[in-house]
Amino acid sequence: MIDSEALLAEALLDIERASDEKSLDALRVQYLGKKGSFTDLLKTLGKLPAEQRPAAGEQINLAKKNLQQALELKRNDLISHALNEQLEAGRLDVTLPGRRQSQGGLHPITMTIERIKSIFAGAGYDVAEGPEIEDDYHNFEALNIPAHHPARAMHDTFYVSPGTVLRTHTSPVQVHVMETGQPPFRMICPGRVYRCDSDLTHTPMFHQVEGLLVDESVSMADLKGTVVEFLQAYFEVEMPVRFRPSYFPFTEPSAEVDMGCVSCEGKGCRICGHTGWLEVMGCGMVHPKVLEMSGVNTEIYSGFAFGMGVERLAMLRYGVGDLRLYFENDIRFLRQFN
Amino acid sequence: MIISESWLREWVDSGLTTDELAASLTMAGLEVDGIAPVAREFNGIIVAEVRQVTQHPDADKLRVCSVFDGEHEQQVVCGAPNVVPGMKAPFATVGATIETGQRKPLKITKAKLRGVESHGMLCSAEELGLEESSEGLMELPSDAPVGQDFRAYLQLSDSMIELDLTPNRGDCLGMRGIAREVGVLSRKEVCEPAVNPVEPVHTEEFPVTISATEACPRYLGRVIRNVKLNACSPLWMQEKLRRSGLRSIDPIVDVTNFVLMELGQPMHAFDFEKLSGKICVRMADDGEAITLLDGKEIALSADTLVIADAEKPVAMAGVMGGLATAVSDATEHVFLECAFFAPLSIAGRARAYGLHTDAAHRYERGVDFELQHRAMERATELLLDIVGGEPGPITEAIGTLPERNTVRLRFASIKKDLGVTISAQEVAEILSRLGFVITAQDNQSIEVGVPSYRFDVSIEADLIEELARIFGYDNIPQTAGLSAQRFPKSSETSIETNRLREHLVALGYQEIISYSFIDPTLSELITGSQQAVSLQNPISEEMGVMRSSLLPGLLSSYQHNANRQHERLRFFETGLVFQRNGEEIQQEARVGGLIAGSQLPKSWSNGRDQSDFYDLKGDVEVLLGLGGKTGQLSFFPAAESGYHPGQCAEIRNPEGERVGVLGALHPAIQRKLGLDQSIFVFELRLVSLLEARMPQVSALSKYPEVQRDMAIVIDEAVSADSISNLVRASAGEFLTDLRIFDVYQGDAIAKGQKSVALGLTWQHPSRTLSDEEITAIIGNCVNALQEQFNADLRK
Repeated sequence: MIDSEALLAEALLDIERASDEKSLDALRVQYLGKKGSFTDLLKTLGKLPAEQRPAAGEQINLAKKNLQQALELKRNDLISHALNEQLEAGRLDVTLPGRRQSQGGLHPITMTIERIKSIFAGAGYDVAEGPEIEDDYHNFEALNIPAHHPARAMHDTFYVSPGTVLRTHTSPVQVHVMETGQPPFRMICPGRVYRCDSDLTHTPMFHQVEGLLVDESVSMADLKGTVVEFLQAYFEVEMPVRFRPSYFPFTEPSAEVDMGCVSCEGKGCRICGHTGWLEVMGCGMVHPKVLEMSGVNTEIYSGFAFGMGVERLAMLRYGVGDLRLYFENDIRFLRQFN
Repeated sequence: MIISESWLREWVDSGLTTDELAASLTMAGLEVDGIAPVAREFNGIIVAEVRQVTQHPDADKLRVCSVFDGEHEQQVVCGAPNVVPGMKAPFATVGATIETGQRKPLKITKAKLRGVESHGMLCSAEELGLEESSEGLMELPSDAPVGQDFRAYLQLSDSMIELDLTPNRGDCLGMRGIAREVGVLSRKEVCEPAVNPVEPVHTEEFPVTISATEACPRYLGRVIRNVKLNACSPLWMQEKLRRSGLRSIDPIVDVTNFVLMELGQPMHAFDFEKLSGKICVRMADDGEAITLLDGKEIALSADTLVIADAEKPVAMAGVMGGLATAVSDATEHVFLECAFFAPLSIAGRARAYGLHTDAAHRYERGVDFELQHRAMERATELLLDIVGGEPGPITEAIGTLPERNTVRLRFASIKKDLGVTISAQEVAEILSRLGFVITAQDNQSIEVGVPSYRFDVSIEADLIEELARIFGYDNIPQTAGLSAQRFPKSSETSIETNRLREHLVALGYQEIISYSFIDPTLSELITGSQQAVSLQNPISEEMGVMRSSLLPGLLSSYQHNANRQHERLRFFETGLVFQRNGEEIQQEARVGGLIAGSQLPKSWSNGRDQSDFYDLKGDVEVLLGLGGKTGQLSFFPAAESGYHPGQCAEIRNPEGERVGVLGALHPAIQRKLGLDQSIFVFELRLVSLLEARMPQVSALSKYPEVQRDMAIVIDEAVSADSISNLVRASAGEFLTDLRIFDVYQGDAIAKGQKSVALGLTWQHPSRTLSDEEITAIIGNCVNALQEQFNADLRK
């Protein structure tokens, strides 16, 4: 009869030598399987005298148990060893850049318009857009700028044909909206506008956002509050804002809006021309004639309008020094906003 | 407009410092654009007299002068050609300093010039900063007191204030108007210089008739005989003109300019001898010719008001006089004109002829229609002082004078429009100070007469603006909120353009913004012979037409960067394109994109494969998929101008309308633009991209999916779409997915054929599909492909 201890010793030695899970599994079958050595050993118990059987049986079972433990230990060992090897083999240089498409980005003018839109959307303003080739009526007449009005000289107009122009401002969109809708109105009109002027401080195409609010009992105090709130929200600075009387044919009273220079905090610098103030927009109470021409009853309704140059706001916020950069589309400029 | 501060102070002693004055003008709507000193900073400059002039022994262009400074005669070397004995000129004594705008001021010291000692410097107007440029010494009047400090003599402690006036304030285009505003703002009395009407010396009148009575409501003329034009305008007048930005020309021009600057009234003087018979103010005959003072010959149009004599037009009314009747050195008698022309009859006329004059600038904006007598008397008085002469009586012709408006202001409107209450008393006070005449007043309202110089006031809102201006915009409160909450109308079946932009950004595209006007040559090269909308007055020829496609802008931007070694680019732009369609101009919003270079940026593990048509198409499919309508749009081979004929597709919606085009740029165009690599572009109509589908969910099946692959060999000309459509039609209603996962041509496949591998997936909503069913379906598909395209299963 084979000694269970000797068998165990032999088995443990085999286990020790096993190099992978597969051979370990084979050992398990060899020793503990249905036809394995320990099963065979148990079968020999019957040949022993009855009084020896329990002790012998117990010894064999103990050896089996030890063997099972050894198998389990070795298995865990092998698994963790294999894992370690796998991990070691899978080591990467994580500092190499990822595999991806290039970084896209929005144009700074779009970024600015979207920022303005979202601020006004929060205050309940709709967005309206309109044609860029306009008729004389919507660009001028309906905004109280009749033919030969001196204010037309302030708008160097591109003509497509007599009576058809490239819009010089986005105000005609407001006219379209008022003509076709019913007050109250609360909207902004962003878009491209055109003036026949090209030098260091003018491009023949630029962008405006104009706003219009028409409702019952709207006053200049509301206009002031709206403009100040907007500028402070846009620039994220509580700068001072002042309103200077000015003149636009479509508003009365009209005002130019200056805000404390965001670059020098009003102390005076190159950007504000050493005045401490930056001219940022024009605004005013909508001229009664403009409302009447578009069919709004001025005994019930009044309103305010404001307009700002997008390039200028973007310039102040992002430090763009040269207007021409906006439309050259040099990737080295555009990527700075991504 | 430029005004002299000290001249303004003669009119109204505001008690304000220069800065306060500027601030209060600006905050009242008369924007101060700049303040400049009327001369450079200097000291040690005095009035001196040149006593002797001799030629410098060693220099042709230098003279040696003896200059009397009031106490001593100094030897001074001078290079000015106009130096003569007896003349008086500003003299910089030894020790004087003059600011030159350089880092260090100029310091006058004893010096030797070509071996001759010079004790000081005789100065030109330019050297003292009185003129931009000048030639020779500044000649002072013979009564200038020798030895007096030059700055004190010319009262040079003054500033020139530049005002940027808005077009509604024609009343402020003269000292009189600005003084009136300052008086109102500082609550000070305005002291207008007294005008003393002259007694006519003779009774000669020159007949004046007005036939254009609306355009010319008032015309005053006066004959002044025997003027002596060799006189010089007095220094005080020259200085006031200079400080108003005008040069002294001759006494007559100076006087009319002075009245223009002082009162805001344009005037004109004719050589009386050259006028024939009478003055008639009439509209021009179409094509009638006149040569203007500046020498320009003009063919007049019938909407132009002219001053004519018995024979011919002698002036373009309110714009410029004619050359033939102009005052010259030989003039003995003058005819002075002082008129009021209606703004609408002058507006735009000067511009139409390419002219801009001070007179037209004022008449367009409105000149006080009751000012003419005063201005005529003022000019006559000044003229007689300088050039003498014998004035005749004033001849006045009247057309249709403007009516004096009255405007009613309801006190309640002030609070309603401005959000602030201004007391009735203050309202009355402000309006009176501005020159409005109160004609009626009660508890609710006030009615005022509008002064003859305020063309910008005709309705209640105009008065409210005046009140706001003077009351101060700063004093209007600032309110925080407006009305009740309001919910936006937002539709889930429309997509905002910005979502599209953000998707493109995520796909690696950089947004550009290019000019809407482009080079007509480039436009035609790319879009073929489409009806581009051209501009009548473009900035330049290269910006002559409105874009009818976004491609030219994308390509120009690409070129700009490719020329700077950036050739792997992905660009997009959104915006309107413009096309003529008969009489109509169509304006359509589009999104366009361009890719060129490697699929991915070059890096250690990628960037070796070049982008091709399918990279572009994939991006376009992502955009089309945003609205959830990918399956409804179809791609068709297309032959579009600007595109590679074999790599161009048109996208159409189920209604057959074009959604857009994509493809490779035509290689010939690529070569013409000097571009080295293939460029792929797309252009889509925004309106079709921004419609979205409202999701409607169907139940999920609990039964297993069945998948089968099949490969067929088919004629290479059969398109993938044709294959898919046929398979889809033959694969039964439970087909849930169909993919082409391989297309192969090569050794294993006969020439002219291709192998296409298809992956199909089925799922039944309520049971498991059997193998037999699927095998039958596959058989259907193969049969159909065989019948229609003569295709075979690949063995």
